[in-house]
Amino acid sequence: MNDRPNSFRSGPDDSGHFGIYGGRFVAETLMPNILALEEAYEEAKKDPSYFKEMDGHLKHYVGRPSPLYFAERLTEHFGGAKIYLKREELNHTGSHKVNNVLGQIMLARRMKKPRIIAETGAGQHGVATATLCARFGLECVVYMGAVDVARQAPNVFRMKMLGATVVPVQSGAKTLKDAMNEALRDWVTNVHNTFYCIGTVAGPHPYPAMVRDFQSIIGRETREQMQELEGRLPDSLIACVGGGSNAMGLFHPFLDDPSVEIYGVEAAGHGLDKLHAASINGGRPGVLHGNRTYLLMNQDGQIEEGHSISAGLDYPGIGPEHSWLADTGRAKYLTCTDEEALEAFGTLSKLEGIIPALESAHALAKVKELAPKKPKDHLMVVNLSGRGDKDVPQVAEIMGTSL
Amino acid sequence: MSTRIETRFAAVKAEGRAALVTFVMGGDPGYESSLEILKALPEAGADLIELGMPFSDPMADGPPIQAAGLRALKAGQTLKKTLGLVAEFRKTDKDTPLVLMGYYNPIYIYGVDAFLKDANAAGVDGLIVVDLPPEEDAELCLPAIKAGLNFIRLATPTTDDKRLPAVLENTSGFVYYVSVTGITGAATPDFNAVSQAVARIKRHTTLPVAVGFGVKTADHARAVAEGADGVVVGSALVETVRLSLDKEARATEKTVSSVTKLVRELAAGVRSGRPVAAE
Repeated sequence: MNDRPNSFRSGPDDSGHFGIYGGRFVAETLMPNILALEEAYEEAKKDPSYFKEMDGHLKHYVGRPSPLYFAERLTEHFGGAKIYLKREELNHTGSHKVNNVLGQIMLARRMKKPRIIAETGAGQHGVATATLCARFGLECVVYMGAVDVARQAPNVFRMKMLGATVVPVQSGAKTLKDAMNEALRDWVTNVHNTFYCIGTVAGPHPYPAMVRDFQSIIGRETREQMQELEGRLPDSLIACVGGGSNAMGLFHPFLDDPSVEIYGVEAAGHGLDKLHAASINGGRPGVLHGNRTYLLMNQDGQIEEGHSISAGLDYPGIGPEHSWLADTGRAKYLTCTDEEALEAFGTLSKLEGIIPALESAHALAKVKELAPKKPKDHLMVVNLSGRGDKDVPQVAEIMGTSL
Repeated sequence: MSTRIETRFAAVKAEGRAALVTFVMGGDPGYESSLEILKALPEAGADLIELGMPFSDPMADGPPIQAAGLRALKAGQTLKKTLGLVAEFRKTDKDTPLVLMGYYNPIYIYGVDAFLKDANAAGVDGLIVVDLPPEEDAELCLPAIKAGLNFIRLATPTTDDKRLPAVLENTSGFVYYVSVTGITGAATPDFNAVSQAVARIKRHTTLPVAVGFGVKTADHARAVAEGADGVVVGSALVETVRLSLDKEARATEKTVSSVTKLVRELAAGVRSGRPVAAE
């Protein structure tokens, strides 16, 4: 259990648990490697040169800090809270994913692992990994469900352009869950020379904490920028949650500020009583992919496929720290259907000239519910985790338009 | 009192040979045919049986065992039914040790206490739960030991001398040495390296060491049996099941006989291997 209950930021404990969540549920073959990774990360954290180098790459290669943008027309449209967008979609490669990948690739270099593997759903994490492997001259293999390969063709092509090998996964529902299984199998087989770059705040300890730390730059910048723009902290934060890395990155630096309301938005797909990917709202605690967390499963503990219009959200689990924040009540987890997300996708495009990723559109959809109820001096930050270029062909198809 | 696993390894050792440990998936291709296979294994030469608890996401298993699990789930297999298979098997076989092998989530959802109680009642002797390393012993390993079940741990080529004591600490029954870094049913192991690894593990424990992953033929079994106390065969058997099925993935008259034929060959291989030197 967390030994400092007065802080929401002290987790996980030494064994990698956030309350009952998290942990290290992996095959013995991987354990020595996971322990070595934990040790390497702890050492890196104490090494100022590690962060100095990372800061340099974040500034000059990724393009940080990302702006905190006052969305004037969106604010007028909803007629309540003052809405700010944290513009992670302006990062190199088009999403927040690059923050985490940079941290992990630098760790892989320290650990002298020349081969990087990753799993990807929408392709954003795969593209970020392929990009940084190209930048640092590392071999890159990306596992992607065959269904996702088909529906995210632009990103698949980008990864190949960047020199990565993309392996279409044919097992299960051929989406992110199955890609993660295949990546774990690869890691078990090639553990001696391979670094597994996990794309979200899930998996065995230390991944959930490590990925969160790398993504926390989103929240740290937001704190500073809001102080600069408004002279105080924001009143509410909203972010979409699949595995939940962009959300955790925004939330974490604010967890101990009780005045800040925190909202994660899960994908409700066709609806919570139909096909969806809302692990907290429609699942229960279980053990998969190295951690205990909320999962979608049947009565017998068999994992079920998630569904969302967004390939980045249709994972049947969620990062363990989110599960803990949900149970403790520190963060609230709402849901958004495919239809609501599509509507928000259109609204932001037309009102602000920003085409959001379908993932981020889930967070934006809840602004419609929350913002009008808030006073005009309420400062609301929505994490715009990625841009929608990759989703344009899919949305066009839904709208019946041929490109 | 000795457990069934201890008794069997002692008996096999007294015969001057290694044990044949056969893995089949519970409920594959269906409940009734799975029970028939299970009942036929001891007579064909299996000394110990590992029965797979099917799971939707078996991330340490290769395509053959993954496919077997999915066949079983599709045919309606559940953890309760897998325990039912064990209970049925025990009605006619009181002696052959039976170990359940699988992943943690179905057990966690069943409820650890309820599962251990029902597993004991059904006649299960031990558990192998692939995704529970020593770091998570409090989850199931310690309660299982308390309930009188053996908890069999996997040691792998990445388990070095520094880590081995932690892996062996709460292990009982036997140690399962995974001969390759990889998934089940993949590469053929380097038999020299395996025999060195077994010797290394035996410097740390008096438990029998069984070797698995990548053992497919009677020749492989013979090679492994030269240095190990047990030889585990899984993927080759579930592949034999698969190849015997009809177009709708149902059992045929060949299903049981083709499995028992391979088990007989493997048993002959194990019996021609050199016996393990007495400790």
